[in-house]
Amino acid sequence: MAREMIKGNIAMAEAAVRAGLEAYFGYPITPQNEVLEYLSGRLPQLGRTFVQAESEVAAVNMVYGAACTGTRVMSSSSSPGMSLMMEGISYIAGTEIPAVFINVMRGGPGLGNIAPAQGDYFQAVRGGGHGDYHAIVLAPGSVQEAIDLTTLSFDLAEKYNSLAFILADGSLGQMMEPAELPEMRPVNRQDKGWMVDGAPGRPRRILSSIYLDPLEEEKANLRMLKNWQTICANEVRYKEYYLDDAEFVVIGFGTAGRVALSAVRAARAQGIKVGLLRPITVNPFPYKAIEELLPTTQAILVVEMNTGQMLEDVQLAVRGQVPVEFYGRPGGVVPFADDVLHEIERITTAKLSVDTDPRMAWLDRALATG
Amino acid sequence: MVTLTKPDFATEENVVYCRPQAFSDATTHYCPGCTHGIAHRLIAETLDEMGLAEKTIGVAPVGCSVFIYNYFETDFVEAPHGRAPAMATGVKRVLPDRIVFTYQGDGDLASIGMGEIMHAAARGENISVFFINNAIYGMTGGQMAPTTLPGMKTTSSPTGRDVEMQGYPIRMSEMISKMDGAGYVVRRSLHDPKHIRQAKKAIRIAFEVQQRGLGFSMVELLSTCPTNWGINPVDSLKWVEDHMLPTFPLGDYKVAAEVAEIKA
Repeated sequence: MAREMIKGNIAMAEAAVRAGLEAYFGYPITPQNEVLEYLSGRLPQLGRTFVQAESEVAAVNMVYGAACTGTRVMSSSSSPGMSLMMEGISYIAGTEIPAVFINVMRGGPGLGNIAPAQGDYFQAVRGGGHGDYHAIVLAPGSVQEAIDLTTLSFDLAEKYNSLAFILADGSLGQMMEPAELPEMRPVNRQDKGWMVDGAPGRPRRILSSIYLDPLEEEKANLRMLKNWQTICANEVRYKEYYLDDAEFVVIGFGTAGRVALSAVRAARAQGIKVGLLRPITVNPFPYKAIEELLPTTQAILVVEMNTGQMLEDVQLAVRGQVPVEFYGRPGGVVPFADDVLHEIERITTAKLSVDTDPRMAWLDRALATG
Repeated sequence: MVTLTKPDFATEENVVYCRPQAFSDATTHYCPGCTHGIAHRLIAETLDEMGLAEKTIGVAPVGCSVFIYNYFETDFVEAPHGRAPAMATGVKRVLPDRIVFTYQGDGDLASIGMGEIMHAAARGENISVFFINNAIYGMTGGQMAPTTLPGMKTTSSPTGRDVEMQGYPIRMSEMISKMDGAGYVVRRSLHDPKHIRQAKKAIRIAFEVQQRGLGFSMVELLSTCPTNWGINPVDSLKWVEDHMLPTFPLGDYKVAAEVAEIKA
């Protein structure tokens, strides 16, 4: 397939179709509307299922129903809509069946705004819905990566009977850039031994997230965690830039990681030995990759479009061994590469301590500069 | 022709009552005098009679009938509270040649699931809904439901439902009948054998409506809750007749033209 100019939201929608998406259920919300709009025409054309639901609450439960039949199914939304979907997402997790969700994040909390943000990291990575569960969370940094990770999300979801999220943001959803779509894959619905389809000539199947006996629920929780352990062992993905001789490391995901890359390149041009680690899977998080950098690292700068969420995962990896600094632009503000470059310059010259709370120190700086 | 599961001593001549094949061999958890068992049985008998059990997927609610899936031999999924019509939509849209039904109580369908049921009906989702209305929350211990009668005492309306403060009961069949996507919407009752037979006919029509693709079908079934009403099982049946029928009149609220042909 040739490279073409394509908008992030449409790229993810078409990538899902080509990955064999059979059914989509969604509700309009900016800045992800193009996913729903595109699929409203595309899926019926192919004889596949599209329903515009009455709410995100209904949409996620339609996804739940279709997922129970072993169908490749997904929904997409943006931050406030994802909050509404959390009920169904917890149920899907508890039923241990695959489903894919795209979150084109926007500024929050509350109604917030429709500008790009990364404030839903905790919601995606730490759970979001009630109960103990873990979801695979993939964070693209370009339209091409959004395509590739959408394809991958279905394969991972089905391989592990797991939830898979694409954690994008309004900037990735709305931007156009050259990218290449994969070939159309055939729809491949096979009886995986658990799906419901009317029990023709076999014993009934029941799909639920109920374990009334706490001992059984405990077993289910341990089984899910064991599955997550396998995912953690096999599926950590990240990208490294200029890290071979780096003394300083910037860590950022998605759009913030992309902006940070421009800053790292500018810093390299100045002779600063700085590199970038960009997590692709923010869940499972590349703790080990960060740990391995520590012996040669003087300081780490975490860049996010929030008030420091992935920062906590970086701190878990670093465990106080080197200073961790933070630069954030929450609320729908995308940082400029120059701002990140300024931060890189700061950490290479300032006296840093492992005892500083990076988030609060950043807050003081942010408030001081207005 | 009903195919019945017969014990060894049974012959064609002497069997008058046994378990439908669509039923599993399980003891239900329902309280004495509860009419869930009757509603379950009517659905199971109808699936047997129509030969549908091997192509049916049930959607269980949250409430007393949350464990309905234990009592049927059909495939089942278990929905979050109130979301059964949305989940049924997801199942039916990707498996349009299967039979999909939801079984929901009044709290599930008329309170927390109001949005999902109304829009499933408006879309004309080709599913069948069996709506158990006993005017109270059963599983959680007898709180006020959206269908609780004015003046009726519950654990959350201890002095009786005060319509000034707590509003009025909702008549779902009447509301849903106004949806263009609804093909068949009726209210029946389970308080005596005559009405039970009428309820079974309605359940059969609802499945036929779905088989023929004639849109959304719902059978509301007035039911008892002796435990939470604080009335014995026999008096509960009388209570349905005396108190529920005036507020929830039985009848056919929507019978689309094509559906009327089935009835005839």
